[in-house]
Amino acid sequence: MKIGVLALQGAFREHIEMLRGLGVETVEVRLPEQLRDLDGLIIPGGESTTIGKVATQYNLIEPLREFVAQGKPVWGTCAGMIVLAKEVGMAGHAVMRQPLVGVMDVRVKRNAFGRQVDSFETDLDIPEIQNGDKTPFHAIFIRAPLFETVNANVRALAKLDDGTIVAARENNLLATSFHPELTHDPRFHQYFLNMVRAARGTA
Amino acid sequence: MEKQTGTWAVKAGHAQMLKGGVIMDVTNAEQAKIAEEAGACAVMALERVPADIRRDGGVARMSDPTKIVEIMQAVSIPVMAKARIGHFVEAQVLEALGVDYIDESEVLTPADEAHHIDKHQFRVPFVCGCRNLGEALRRIGEGAAMMRTKGEAGTGDVVEAVRHARAVLGEIRRLQNLREDELYTVAKELQAPLALVQEVAATGKLPVVNFAAGGIATPADAALMMQLGVDGVFVGSGIFKSGDPAKRAKAIVMATTHYNDPKIIAEVSRGLGEAMVGISARDLPAEQQLAVRGW
Repeated sequence: MKIGVLALQGAFREHIEMLRGLGVETVEVRLPEQLRDLDGLIIPGGESTTIGKVATQYNLIEPLREFVAQGKPVWGTCAGMIVLAKEVGMAGHAVMRQPLVGVMDVRVKRNAFGRQVDSFETDLDIPEIQNGDKTPFHAIFIRAPLFETVNANVRALAKLDDGTIVAARENNLLATSFHPELTHDPRFHQYFLNMVRAARGTA
Repeated sequence: MEKQTGTWAVKAGHAQMLKGGVIMDVTNAEQAKIAEEAGACAVMALERVPADIRRDGGVARMSDPTKIVEIMQAVSIPVMAKARIGHFVEAQVLEALGVDYIDESEVLTPADEAHHIDKHQFRVPFVCGCRNLGEALRRIGEGAAMMRTKGEAGTGDVVEAVRHARAVLGEIRRLQNLREDELYTVAKELQAPLALVQEVAATGKLPVVNFAAGGIATPADAALMMQLGVDGVFVGSGIFKSGDPAKRAKAIVMATTHYNDPKIIAEVSRGLGEAMVGISARDLPAEQQLAVRGW
């Protein structure tokens, strides 16, 4: 099993270290040909406009869409979640004009909790990754986006106390507002690896 | 469950998200939009870029809040702003404005010649400059959540940026080869907190993200700093003091992502127009050197 991490900008090294800790072979992806032979891909946190613009410049957007269309699992954290969304808004902007892979049937709001001083950490109960384990998942939100609307085919995995959806899955797509790669808790990465194993099994 | 804001994890974590990116100095909303469009991962809101601060002389202070707010409203990417070294009230003002990061910067005229800001007292994260490992660890001890090597701002001469990055990264490599019982003396020599010296010796890296700054003017300069081992770059005067800022800004972003790919660096370096004129850092008289500010 080989997992790529989109390495255009942002916290890609943290994902790679987490995956290596789980014994997985990883590849840094900067150009389209580096997507070949991958079983899954993580789009990391960073600045979504930067990631989108660098991806556009080196013709990565279409190959990323094809990668998703092949049924290969893709996980976006924070900026990665924005890049996966079909529609993105922000306070004062109904629709953001920024390059997106645009494959997940959701509308995402950027900087939804405010500016950096409003960034926060909290514990979340995420039954699907906890497998009956009582230990909550410690989630770090940094200038984080949230799901404003998710269509019927998208399943919410985690919510804040007020009902805000902060993690969701649509078939082979996974997206989180927060940063599992900044913690030492591998459960979300293990969950994604299980998605990849399942997709390989059916391929 | 309870939400905690202003924690070390969210402050240092924000800098993790900037890695591999370019932070650009901008002086108005129009420049901020050019920077965002070029792919900057953040902008530094200023009244004057360092090259103009250097030319004008006099006392350089925090920018007018009107200017900073105008830039914050113009872009979706994070906005940083500078406070004078030790001027904790300028920092309070910047926090109240809601800037995403404060740069306690030697580019402005220092307000305190003995003390830096106690950055632990703020919810907003700080970035600070350093010339060597001791200075970096003193700033981190005071609560800086991100570092940048200082270089010599406003010169367009990369030589000091290289000197400072090599100093910090070289000292880290040296620490990794020392015995544990030698670290006490090292902490004394570096004038740095022992716990941080021990952490660096054990992990082989700074506890926070470290960018390069001060004199980066070309895509090759940015890639040089990345290959030396920094996490990203600040470009100050180098963009908006050049002939074609939009094109140069984009080229520097591409070279920072593809820093290990000389073919791409060659391609983006073509036809960028005039680089900023620049001043040789070696020819600067001592009283005009900004990097020596900070203690």
